[in-house]
Amino acid sequence: MTERLHEALDRVTRVRGVRGVLLVGLDDGLVVADAVMEGVRANAVAALAASLVQRLARATATSGIGQPGFLHLEAERGALLTLAVRERLMLVTVAEPGVNVGLVRLELLRAGAEVR
Amino acid sequence: MADDIRSLTANLAHDPDSLAFLQLGEALRSAGRLDAAVRVVQTGLERHRGNADAHDLHARILVDAGNIAAAADAWGRALALAPRHVGALKGLAFLAFQEGDIDTALDRLETALSEDPSDPSVVQALQAVREEGARLEAEIRLRAGADIFAGFEGADHGLLLLNERGLVLGGALRDPADDDVAEEVAGYVAGAAREATRAARLLELGDWRSLVVEAADGHLHVSLPTPDTVLLVKRERAVPPGRVGLLARRAATAARVWVEAQR
Repeated sequence: MTERLHEALDRVTRVRGVRGVLLVGLDDGLVVADAVMEGVRANAVAALAASLVQRLARATATSGIGQPGFLHLEAERGALLTLAVRERLMLVTVAEPGVNVGLVRLELLRAGAEVR
Repeated sequence: MADDIRSLTANLAHDPDSLAFLQLGEALRSAGRLDAAVRVVQTGLERHRGNADAHDLHARILVDAGNIAAAADAWGRALALAPRHVGALKGLAFLAFQEGDIDTALDRLETALSEDPSDPSVVQALQAVREEGARLEAEIRLRAGADIFAGFEGADHGLLLLNERGLVLGGALRDPADDDVAEEVAGYVAGAAREATRAARLLELGDWRSLVVEAADGHLHVSLPTPDTVLLVKRERAVPPGRVGLLARRAATAARVWVEAQR
């Protein structure tokens, strides 16, 4: 992984409320790179996010709107956000509730540009 | 045709007890001479009361003459004599279809097909009735959806309520080609909702509230109006995600009201 990608991931983690960001293989749900806080189970986050995106991809394709780009799962005690960055790779973020989703999305897009 | 009728009339006159009345009745019917056809068949039935083909022919002549009730009785008599008589089954299926009773029409035609799988008229009729049944079902579903989401923008193509097992409860979902994709997408979305619940639980995020997906050509917004239902909102890419969220919240309220009313 390039230094610029590391820096981009770090920038995502600097958004208030972000607990970690990972680069994940969509097909296998394995972590390629990560910058996460202590207590964040990177492997579980990666596997669950990949599985969720795979399931939603069938719904979006059948609906005729193409493949998922950005995903936001909002829950009671936090959020899971993913962004497809390249064929079969995605960025995944775990965040606190009330995180600025727009800002996270922007930083994920910037980080994604380093992966391309 | 006239020569055939003359020849068949002569045959019947020569042997009044024969089944020649069936051919003559059919020829007269084809020629549009319905009164004569009825007389011939009724006379034949006096001698052959137990002939199911004769009752079938009688019924077809009656239908041509517009006497539907009498035709139904005649086909009923044919079936009483021969319960798997293909002509009578087709005839009664036709009458059921005319009355909008698709299930009975399908039942009759499927029995007819099992009796004679090579009859192309049964195959064609079965296909036509199935298509009509599917069309009516879609119409009913559309009306049900309109009831739940009455007045909502996109209620006829981008709002869907399903149960936790992926069965459509109401609403409608169409792809850009205007094909109905509600049932298929409902199955996938129910699976995704279960996966979201699993992910939220394992990552200790608590209950999830919404799942928003931005795709190349549109957005999906998934939420749980009640613990056992899933709401899907689909909108084109040009609609801002925040507006989709507002619409989803209003639709979820309407869905909760509807679900409560069903209980």
